[in-house]
Amino acid sequence: MSMSRRELLKSLSAAAAGAPAARVLMLRLVTPEAAQQAHRAVSAEKAASLTGGYTPKFFSAHQYKTLRELCQTIIPADHESGGAVEGGAPEFLDLIASENQDIQLQLGGGIMWLDSECVERYGSNYVECSATHKDEILNLIAFRKNAEKDSRLGPGVEFFSALRKGVADGFFTSEIGIKYLGYIGNTYLTEFPGCPPVPEL
Amino acid sequence: MGELIPSPKVYDVCIIGSGAAGGAAAKVLSEGGLSVVMLEAGPALNPAKDFKEHVWPYQLPHRGAGIGGKLKGEESDEFMAPNGAWEIEGEPYISAPGSAFKWFRSRIVGGRTNHWGRVALRFAPVDFKGRSTDGMGDDWPITYEDIAPFYDKVESYIGVFGTKENIPSAPDGIFLPPPKSRCTEVLLKQACNKVNVLCVPARMAILTQALNGRPSCHYCGQCTRGCISASNFSSSQVLIPPAQATGRFNLITNAMAREIVVGKDGRAEAASYIDRGTKTEKRVHAKCFVVAASTCESARLLLNSRSALFPEGLANSSGMVGRNLMDSVGSWGEGYFPQLEKMPPHNHDGSGGNYLPHVYIPWWKFDRENDFLRGYHIEPGGGRFMPTAGQFDDVCDKSEGFGASFKQNCKRSYGTTIGMEAMGEMFPNKDTYCELDPAVVDEWGIPVLRFHWKHGENEVKMAKDMQQTFRAIVEAGGGKYSTDVTTEGPGAYGLYDGGTAIHESGTVRMGNDPKTSAVNKYCQAHDVKNLFVTDAAVFVTSPDKNPTLSILALSWRASEYLLDQAKQGNL
Repeated sequence: MSMSRRELLKSLSAAAAGAPAARVLMLRLVTPEAAQQAHRAVSAEKAASLTGGYTPKFFSAHQYKTLRELCQTIIPADHESGGAVEGGAPEFLDLIASENQDIQLQLGGGIMWLDSECVERYGSNYVECSATHKDEILNLIAFRKNAEKDSRLGPGVEFFSALRKGVADGFFTSEIGIKYLGYIGNTYLTEFPGCPPVPEL
Repeated sequence: MGELIPSPKVYDVCIIGSGAAGGAAAKVLSEGGLSVVMLEAGPALNPAKDFKEHVWPYQLPHRGAGIGGKLKGEESDEFMAPNGAWEIEGEPYISAPGSAFKWFRSRIVGGRTNHWGRVALRFAPVDFKGRSTDGMGDDWPITYEDIAPFYDKVESYIGVFGTKENIPSAPDGIFLPPPKSRCTEVLLKQACNKVNVLCVPARMAILTQALNGRPSCHYCGQCTRGCISASNFSSSQVLIPPAQATGRFNLITNAMAREIVVGKDGRAEAASYIDRGTKTEKRVHAKCFVVAASTCESARLLLNSRSALFPEGLANSSGMVGRNLMDSVGSWGEGYFPQLEKMPPHNHDGSGGNYLPHVYIPWWKFDRENDFLRGYHIEPGGGRFMPTAGQFDDVCDKSEGFGASFKQNCKRSYGTTIGMEAMGEMFPNKDTYCELDPAVVDEWGIPVLRFHWKHGENEVKMAKDMQQTFRAIVEAGGGKYSTDVTTEGPGAYGLYDGGTAIHESGTVRMGNDPKTSAVNKYCQAHDVKNLFVTDAAVFVTSPDKNPTLSILALSWRASEYLLDQAKQGNL
């Protein structure tokens, strides 16, 4: 369980206790470690709640919860970075869906398809399925060849294919996604250094 | 009792359009002492506010992909300098059945020079003598020697980097030093050496040293977003300001030109335009007119300037206005290079940006017989640029799956692709032209263009050769070629649709014979002495070089001629 926001705020003010009231000094007294911990805890808390404190513009609350879970499953957090939810992919996808009927059909319709398929196969909506069942259905719709064998999976494969691209877009254009890729640039240089010396070239 | 109507101000020159051609004319004519008024269809440009330079995708709500994600992967994404688009609301154009044509237009001061790739290549001597060389098309009425001094003037003023190479198909210019090669470019050059393809430093209108009051490039790789420091060339930042500094230049924005009005004596006397803000029609009077609205807009304006004297449109007694439409022959291919997976994270941005390279492949097979006539050049791209929406679509399709392995596949693939875009010469043909649509008008009531497009056999053979070259280079570099193309039908061998190279030219061609051309070798209309057309509409052929540098040189040359004629009292 992650630290609750209240506990977190308490710990931050404890770090600043006894310090002069000036805001700038208080911030300076918060150690980088404490700030980092606070940051992690806040994003974990945000990721855990139903909609991350965000009111969806297009998706229903249930659809959005499903979307968030799918986003994080497609691009999970790991030891190098946060995942698609921390990268803001669900908010990005909700925003563009709210403005584009094709995406509404693709993603909104796709989530509805996934739920009915899960009810039929496992007796419950996707989010309520066991981890094993979730993994099973996603492994069916995550590969085109499965739809070639079983045409019934076609809509699911199409949905997942579109969703995967949207999640990649959302994550790899986020601050943490760009950092994860190791992009360095978007800055002022007085001289362009060219290709660094590398044995491969 | 009638109202007292004040006689209108009569400018020496009215220029229509503020892009490369209009900007060059504005500078030369106003600095030469003439009073100049310019009509620009779009608004003024404020680089500090309008340019998205140095913005991260996550600082925009749509991450650069636009409302509804509809600009994902498009040239005109949210980062691009403003008001350049394939579609403009209220201003349609028509593609005739069977004709795939796309028209990139820009309504803003500077026009498409705010967006262009900055590739600045001189035409070669042989490019002006096509018919004499291989019997196809026509020769230009000018030679390389006629235009070379103006290439010199343009390059010295705007700044172009490059290196002297002595390649007959790609003449040297006045160059600033080029930036160092990116890793992808080091790899590409090694590959080219193995297959005997020339690969040399690119020639780009970007400053690598301070010049004429503009600072050197700061290597952020975002030229098409517009450059806040004006270190690359745009008309809006490099040509319009010196015109404004003369005090003899009046720029009217949001002025959509409708027609050039002719007097009883057959001379052009006014430009009629719609003021977009008030939706009212206005007129501006001048002694001389320079049409520089871009190849197709210039043709449209002349065709819409119909009168009793000129029922088929102005400067069109030859019937050539709208004809001979050309665009560069384009094809594209890419490969995956496993050795790039091992590149350590490093700054790869440089000058230009993705597909705005530090090296390029000039036409290298000029010394042999080929399966097709004329030639092409290649601009490479790819590598560790700022990630954008759509960048991982291919990985998504190829890797499939999800979870940790998918995430890692994306990371591993980042920066490992090198793509190449080839730009070749297209022959004009009778089936490729634009004309006024008989029924459709835009929201300003101005009849719109209808496009007809067909590629010929030479273009298809050239595209086939482009694909073979791409594959040979990729494989020589240890990469895996991954572009699939059809071998038949429209788009064979990856042939671009008409207009999508954004190098339109030819619709108001120049020539010595008034029966087969609309303007003379000084860009002056055969039919109307005080009317000039100075954009790529006057091109006789579409050499494989990107047109902007030649537009600048031709417009500069025409403007000096105009100035001289004006001083002699001949206009």
